[in-house]
Amino acid sequence: MDLVLVNLIDGLVTGLLLFMLSAGLTLIFSMMGVLNFAHASFYMLGAYFAYQISLALGFWMGLIFAPIIVGVIGAGVERYGLRRVHQYGHVPELIFTFGLALLIEELVQFIWVRNQMPYQIPDVLNFTAFAISGNSIPAYKVFMIFISIAIFIGLLYVLTKTRVGMIIQAALSYPRTVEALGHNVPLIFMGVFGVGTALAGVAGVIAGPVLGTFPGMAFVLGSIVFVTIVIGGLGSLWGALVASLLIGWITTFAKSYNIRMEDILNGIGISTPENLSESMFRDIWAVTSPQIADILPYILMVLILIFRPYGLFGNRDA
Amino acid sequence: MNNPMRDDQITTDPSKPAQRMRAGSQRLAAFPWVIAGLALLVMPYVFTDNSAITIMNQMAITIIFALAYNMLLGQGGMLSFGHAVYAGVGGFACMHVMSNTDFFSMLPLPVLPIFGGLFGMGLAMIIGSFSTRSAGTVFAMISLGVGELIAACSVIIVAFFGGEEGVSGDRTYGLPFFGIEFLQQIEVYYLIAFWLMLSALLMYLFSRTPIGRMANAVRDNPERAEFLGYSSRWVRYYSFIFSGFFAGIAGGLFAINYEIVTEENLNTASSGVILLVTFLGGVGFFFGPIIGAIAFTLLQTVLSLQTDLWAFYAGVLFLATVMFFPGGLAGLLMMHVPAIRMGKASKLVVPYIITLIPALIGILGLSALVEMTFHARHSSVGDEEMTVFWTTFDSHDVLPWAIAIGVTVVAFGVMRMMLPTLRAAWAEANTSTKGGAA
Repeated sequence: MDLVLVNLIDGLVTGLLLFMLSAGLTLIFSMMGVLNFAHASFYMLGAYFAYQISLALGFWMGLIFAPIIVGVIGAGVERYGLRRVHQYGHVPELIFTFGLALLIEELVQFIWVRNQMPYQIPDVLNFTAFAISGNSIPAYKVFMIFISIAIFIGLLYVLTKTRVGMIIQAALSYPRTVEALGHNVPLIFMGVFGVGTALAGVAGVIAGPVLGTFPGMAFVLGSIVFVTIVIGGLGSLWGALVASLLIGWITTFAKSYNIRMEDILNGIGISTPENLSESMFRDIWAVTSPQIADILPYILMVLILIFRPYGLFGNRDA
Repeated sequence: MNNPMRDDQITTDPSKPAQRMRAGSQRLAAFPWVIAGLALLVMPYVFTDNSAITIMNQMAITIIFALAYNMLLGQGGMLSFGHAVYAGVGGFACMHVMSNTDFFSMLPLPVLPIFGGLFGMGLAMIIGSFSTRSAGTVFAMISLGVGELIAACSVIIVAFFGGEEGVSGDRTYGLPFFGIEFLQQIEVYYLIAFWLMLSALLMYLFSRTPIGRMANAVRDNPERAEFLGYSSRWVRYYSFIFSGFFAGIAGGLFAINYEIVTEENLNTASSGVILLVTFLGGVGFFFGPIIGAIAFTLLQTVLSLQTDLWAFYAGVLFLATVMFFPGGLAGLLMMHVPAIRMGKASKLVVPYIITLIPALIGILGLSALVEMTFHARHSSVGDEEMTVFWTTFDSHDVLPWAIAIGVTVVAFGVMRMMLPTLRAAWAEANTSTKGGAA
């Protein structure tokens, strides 16, 4: 039971981090109708900028300034890149963000070389918050949980309760009408893109010390983020939340319990072949759950797409 | 090729210019293929170097793969982020046929790629059955997810994918083909060249079939295609299957050429590269991917010898293409067709020379600056010598920086001054004097 609790907390941390990325991506998607392939690259930029700032000014300044810089860069990308490509249609837009992801990875390698950066957890948070029957939960994890939840609530508040949020929501659905009412819709789009990428930047700042700050970090998370929002349903913020938590928990539990495929197959009444080492399917029998933990989200996505193509909460069959 | 019957129905009057033009292009249609075939035959005698033949093999395989990819992206409007999977699986299948020596010794090597093609096709049939329901974003996401899934399987299903070291084999165990045992590179070159011609021709013919034509219609407007009585889903599905087949052939040729296939052949990076190649060449034309594959392979092999930053330049080039020339290199070339038709292309030569040479110098200056920045930032202490454009200097010195910046600024300045001349010449060359349509 205690192990379940520890796994629940670990999965929550992973899921909430994933949610921060997918929230920004969902926001951008519902606005422009294009998936920003470079979203995880902005997450990586967040981590690198925060590392560079933390060298001079400490972790907390990094937490404040790195997302702002990332957001400004994101807004610039929308203004000078994406808006230009928009006239050619959606596929070139998607290809543009894909190229951007490649270029950002190369740029990061250009500036910071290929090695992992020694980006550390701040000393203030480097202690054990509490322990559950011998399994210690570091304070940094608790901090990550709280900051993610705070950002989610803040985002929800701004979007649903304030005037700015109302204009944004209206601009998402009826851009022309909002424009006719005298609002600067291109500016709103640029702002939302900036905020979305800044959100990815925050995730990078707080994940960098735990998951490592290296040029491949965007690649590692990049495709999982897409899987998340596809499972949740494109354009649905609640769907993104549910899918992120689901993926966080599934991978965590699969990693900590060593379930063997052989046991499952025996359980459903298929007996192990006599000469397993000669069988063509020997690898399938030998598979264990920690081995496939990282690809479980993809399997889940394929299954969801076959049986419910618009995702768990999606209402548009894009 | 074009159905002459149908053309006759459009205009029956032979004096109509449209009819004459069509008849002319009918006769010309075989011309590029003959030229391409002859070029493929002669190439090894022009570039006799072993490394040149290696590059040409690589190029030919990339061309087949890029053409197969363009069947989806350019013709069907389906953006796939995981197409390397079909080529990779085709390659793995061929490797397993090769390692089954009893069977392989009865099989002439040139037919081996068919197995790759069939495996690629089989996989495409399975994946396509649910992924081609829609084009656009959802298709792109599924292709990415499936690609990741299969690439990740390579470390789990070791029996088929061989784990991290991949699967290797020996092509020479096959049944000798008219006494050729494919020991030498040049023999493999001709094998690949044969398959290149055959698959390019088949893919071209496919694009002229009703399904190939309908793929274009489905890409542009699925609803209207449905309204005409075609199921856009089935049209996409067929395109997907054929694309998987030819991707598998490319994978099989890869297996024959390198005698090893690894996880790298099916991961997302390879899928990204083929997207880059195809888009760079231009997705709007059949021959676009061919240009893209040639240009990219040259860029990759030549540039990577010169600089460690070649991927960076490739990325910049790719983004510039998406932003400024969405038609790719092929689109850029085809922009000149009206001017050539009107016989005014010669007017563009001088403006091009006086604009492009400064532009080229400016780009070289800029890349020198990039190299110098990289060197100045990352060189170990004391190692401050570097070589750019065959000149060796100290990257921490002021003089080289001043020269590089000066050259870049002046060159781009000259280019800007010349741009109005080019624009005027362009407008002039594309205006018909007779007032007829171009």
